[in-house]
Amino acid sequence: MDFGLSQDQQMLRDAVARCLADTCPLDHVRECTERDNPLSDKVLRAVQDLGIPGMLVPEEHGGLGMTLLDAAIVAEQLAYAVAPVPFLASHVLTPIALSEAGSKEQKAHWLPKIVSGEARIGVAISETIEVRDGAGVSFAAGKLNGTALFALDFEGADAFIVADSGGRLHLVGAKASGLKAIALTTIDRTRSVGELRFDGAEAEPLADDGGAAVGRLRAAGRVILAADSLGAGQAMIEKAVDYAGQREQFGRLIGSFQAVKHMCAEMAARHEPCRSLVWYAAHAFDAVPTEASLVACHAKSHTGEVHRFVARTSTEVHGGMGFTDLIGLHYWFKRIGFDRQVLGGPETVRAEAAALQGWIKAA
Amino acid sequence: MDLEYGPEYDVFRKQVRAFIEAHSHLAPPSSDRAARPSSKAVEWQKLLIEHGYTARTIPQAYGGYGAEPDILQSRIIAEEFARARVPGGLSNQGISMFVPTLLELGTEEQKRRWIEPTLKGDVVWCQGYSEPGAGSDLANLKTSAHIENDEFVVNGQKIWTSTAKQADMIFCLVRTEPDAPKHGGISYLIFSMDTPGIEVRPLKTMTGHAEFNEVFFTDVRVPMHQIVGQRGQGWFVANATLGHERGMLGDPDALENRLEALIALMQEERLGQGRAIDNPVLRDRLVALQAEVAAMKYNGMRILSNSLRGEPGGMAKLIVKLQSCELAHQISALAIDAMGELGILYHHSPREREGGAWQWNYMFQLGLIIGGGTAQIQKNIIAERGLEMPREPKLAKISDAAKATADMPRHKQGSA
Repeated sequence: MDFGLSQDQQMLRDAVARCLADTCPLDHVRECTERDNPLSDKVLRAVQDLGIPGMLVPEEHGGLGMTLLDAAIVAEQLAYAVAPVPFLASHVLTPIALSEAGSKEQKAHWLPKIVSGEARIGVAISETIEVRDGAGVSFAAGKLNGTALFALDFEGADAFIVADSGGRLHLVGAKASGLKAIALTTIDRTRSVGELRFDGAEAEPLADDGGAAVGRLRAAGRVILAADSLGAGQAMIEKAVDYAGQREQFGRLIGSFQAVKHMCAEMAARHEPCRSLVWYAAHAFDAVPTEASLVACHAKSHTGEVHRFVARTSTEVHGGMGFTDLIGLHYWFKRIGFDRQVLGGPETVRAEAAALQGWIKAA
Repeated sequence: MDLEYGPEYDVFRKQVRAFIEAHSHLAPPSSDRAARPSSKAVEWQKLLIEHGYTARTIPQAYGGYGAEPDILQSRIIAEEFARARVPGGLSNQGISMFVPTLLELGTEEQKRRWIEPTLKGDVVWCQGYSEPGAGSDLANLKTSAHIENDEFVVNGQKIWTSTAKQADMIFCLVRTEPDAPKHGGISYLIFSMDTPGIEVRPLKTMTGHAEFNEVFFTDVRVPMHQIVGQRGQGWFVANATLGHERGMLGDPDALENRLEALIALMQEERLGQGRAIDNPVLRDRLVALQAEVAAMKYNGMRILSNSLRGEPGGMAKLIVKLQSCELAHQISALAIDAMGELGILYHHSPREREGGAWQWNYMFQLGLIIGGGTAQIQKNIIAERGLEMPREPKLAKISDAAKATADMPRHKQGSA
């Protein structure tokens, strides 16, 4: 019995943290996000050197064959450093989709390229959760038609894995004729999303997709977003505590005022159990399949709620400074905002959790 | 991440299950929570001790089972009794707080005299800590004990004393050295509730019941040897037990059981055309609470693993009392909301559900948020011990500042 990270996992966490502390200080994030394309080649190279793109790729395809908990550990650190690099779709969802649902040829073609960094694939499954603005994709006779919103890790993707309205997954090249890719600008400049408009774009289905793969992607994606939220929340709490321990008003450190102290305590009290929930959700994805989808919903919705509270409260502890761009607190605030909405906000995800338990009668 | 307990523990779990299956007919009903245990509850307690399912690690010489401490075995016992909904060993302040204190700090004679009858339910204890003027600031207590003819003579008042009516004995904090600094002048006395000069008045609470009492002491004479630890060490002795109380109030199994009861209620209770759980707003709240209960469950597993590794509980443990009490309160609140207008029924009303238990819980759990270290004190602890935030300035500085403020000219308020 050991509920927690193994020694290897602690080493992984520390290695990623050290690497990001070196390569991704806030000044670098700021510099990147003020450009048109905020993606950081420098950090991406560092992430590549750590072997992160191959983490979830099976060993037979040159990857490390690691678990979603390992990926969650990385996600937490990426968020802690507000690293402007692709991860969720390109390094987590794509390897899972291809290894669980791809054909032999698809695996052999793409997985080694993902490991080496030669190829990056974005993922668009938003419409299987919630349809906005009449979006939706249909697949017939080898062609995709319609619109997919919120394609993740959009910028610089060589291809996309797209879910059709039946939840089947398809691979489409980013440069396929009949595909128009339009970047969407979000609050969070450290991650990129876009819109894919298909007009008879040629695509190949993931061959062995029995229909279950999209559910696996939703679960994995939610766990990783929850882990991201955890890392961003951790950073915001630490920053609030540091600031309250330095800033003086009325001749006292503001952290000695109970009003301020209790804000910090409440953040910590609500945040700390999230860590165990995220760890368990990640563990369940690989080890307890019967619980995986439900506990992924819980992790996603609960961290969404807790870290919205953390994001606003940490900002308030910083007073006026928190509201400025000077100390850059807003990078984490926005990262948390992104994590909360993407792949379903808390209410949507909770409705799905209820349905999974049979609490919603079929209409 | 390894959530298996291992084969030897699987064997142990099977033994516990087999015991429960074979003996559960002997268990008192879960509603049997009287402070003075019924004869059925006492017999059950003795059976549990005999098999090592309660008082497991207490030495046999003191009436326990005498097993080596094993966190996982204790956890398995708790899990299996909770799962079977069969009451485990007696849980009262004598067993949860006084016995651990004696084991740590009592004399050999005190251990032999008190632990066994306490474990077996023959001696019931109450706790005399809080006073009207000493709640969160417990060390400010004023109940005094001066020495006269080789006896302590106790005068003063305690409050929030549960089971004082039924108790045979009290463990009580009194000020024995009035001139010592506040934390250094306290002693931990134990004496019979039959001693002349003790008056117990029930303290009726918002629930309509008297779950607590006030206890008044007038010249209560206590032999000098009825002290745990030395004179003036009472604060240290008491803090050994407060830790046990805080542990007691954050049981993840209890939260899961409350949540399951809520789910059952919402699936049974009709609201208009459907069930309460068919209402999307109520259902959304239910799932949100379910997620929080799951987070606390895994947080508990993390604390358990930390202690298996011999590491301190850290922040994961510091937050348990605050979060669990709040969560329990919210579970009851949703139950009341799910019942709609039926949710107000109480006092054995016609159409009342589950004996008014949800309303009672809702109110009583507010008491638990306040008791055992208020939510605000918990937040101070989390901030100061967990986050290492600066402490409040010392009292002297504040009173200087208050004086300075009082001397300042003020604008008159409310002058028309």
